[in-house]
Amino acid sequence: MLAEFLQFLFSGLTVGATYALAALGFTLIYNASNVINFAQGEFIMLGGMLSVFFTMAGLPMPVALALAILVPAIVGVIVEKLAIEPVKGAETVTLIIITIGASLVIRGLIQVWLGKGTFALPAFSGEEPIQILGATLMPQSLWVFGVTAVVVAVLWYFFNRTLSGKAMLATSFNRLAAELVGINTSWVLFMSFAMSAALGALGGILIAPITMTSYDVGIMLGLKGFVAAVVGGLGNGLGAVIGGLLVGILEAMGAGYISSAYKDAIPFVLILFILFFMPRGLFGGKSTDRV
Amino acid sequence: MQKKLNIGLLIVIFILLAVPFVVPNSFYLDLAIRMAINAMIVLGLNLLIGFAGQISLGHAGFLGIGAYASAVLPTHFGWHPLLAMLGGCVITGILAALVARPIFKLKGHYLAMATLGLGIIINITLRNEAQWTGGPDGMPVPPMSLFGTEIYSDKTWYWIVAALLVIAVWASQNLIDSPFGRALRALHGSEVASQVVGVNVVRYKVSIFVLSAVFASLMGSITAHYIGFVSPNFADFFHSIELVTMVVVGGMASVFGSLVGAVLLTALPQALTSFEGWETVVFGAILMGFMIFLPKGIVPTLAAKFGKGE
Repeated sequence: MLAEFLQFLFSGLTVGATYALAALGFTLIYNASNVINFAQGEFIMLGGMLSVFFTMAGLPMPVALALAILVPAIVGVIVEKLAIEPVKGAETVTLIIITIGASLVIRGLIQVWLGKGTFALPAFSGEEPIQILGATLMPQSLWVFGVTAVVVAVLWYFFNRTLSGKAMLATSFNRLAAELVGINTSWVLFMSFAMSAALGALGGILIAPITMTSYDVGIMLGLKGFVAAVVGGLGNGLGAVIGGLLVGILEAMGAGYISSAYKDAIPFVLILFILFFMPRGLFGGKSTDRV
Repeated sequence: MQKKLNIGLLIVIFILLAVPFVVPNSFYLDLAIRMAINAMIVLGLNLLIGFAGQISLGHAGFLGIGAYASAVLPTHFGWHPLLAMLGGCVITGILAALVARPIFKLKGHYLAMATLGLGIIINITLRNEAQWTGGPDGMPVPPMSLFGTEIYSDKTWYWIVAALLVIAVWASQNLIDSPFGRALRALHGSEVASQVVGVNVVRYKVSIFVLSAVFASLMGSITAHYIGFVSPNFADFFHSIELVTMVVVGGMASVFGSLVGAVLLTALPQALTSFEGWETVVFGAILMGFMIFLPKGIVPTLAAKFGKGE
């Protein structure tokens, strides 16, 4: 009983950490620009696919992984410069379609370049499972937990203790006011796309040894990251992390105890229920509209 | 306005009458039928997105319910196709009405999330209930029968669909100019302001959502009978996005924009087959290009340029 429960919990936390990183990416871009970046999932895919490609090309692991984060970050910036900046202030649905267009281009290019195959990245430190109270934990899961925790801590420090981070926060509260006090808001937009693409790619790399990767994994991972961001209340960083872990755990529990066929539906049922009763997510503040 | 000749509708009728005589072969007639069906779906969706300003990223789910009702009910329960079609509409209507109230308390991205979630849940259910739906492989749909004759020929289908399209265009135009339509446009402009002048915002949003969902279900049934086969891809997230794209590319809140968007984006994948393997890339790039350079859509942009409204 306990072993089974722990087993589901471990796998839920592992995949939940990826959702959390993706959700942080959604949150960063949403805060900087009010855009929901539907291409976020493709950065997760890019991270996984590029790390496989660079290691197969013979690069040493650390270099390959660094490149697999850097390249998606550059792609993120290109998307921002070419597609998001020119249409500032467009309608929500227009922006959604632009980011979906971007995701199709990214996915299509990878499909042309690397094919439709499924790839696995070797685990970072062996495949020897660790036994805990009858459940097994893969060493890769420890990497996922550890790196995610470090990233969250670094982000917290960045947004609360550094001038650049505070400038980004200020822009998310009130763009005009931020501009008035001299914050370069287009730099903020630039940074938020680079950072969220890098976060997504990192999630994709960490999870690639466990779940495998292919050109089309980005769609579902991205949508679930979006669910996680909304669960926590859009724009709330801490909410995004908790939302990601929650979505991951419930998905694993649902797949284990209820039905594995409906695994992918669980996050969406969860989000409908949460939105029915808490229209702004778990941690979203109350808002009042100015007329 | 009322007295003015409805030139737009006349042009649509003229084109629809001309098409069967100019298309060179059945391939293009098939394309024309699918364009007309998509045009009707997009008309319904545009009422919701363009006029009332509410996003739905799960509309293909409703199409799916209609299509599968027309496949499952006659096959497993022996229902008459027309009754099955009606059954699909009723199921969709009830589902849409149930979720609409809580959903329409939401705004913007939260609404996008909720409708997206609903669509994905419907899709996954269709994919998993293989004993009824054939699972990921889909299932055949029995032919439509009217007055005791079964409909197979593309020509017959074309005239049915064309007639329905004319009715749909005419009905949309009237709906938009009715008090109901004015209320919708008002709540798109400002929900608070329309509430102040006595528009029951929630009721209108729920009605237009249910209306466009039921309409989608109806079109799903018709598509299923016409093609003779349904698969879960018909109800997936990407199809929902395609439909929303048709609305936006053609022009939000524009009846003729809906037609233009549906025609263009139904033809596009055919035109892209020559790109062998690059279709996805080119399709994505075209979507982005349209949204960046014509964010208001084709028809409204042209209308503004030549200085006349619809």
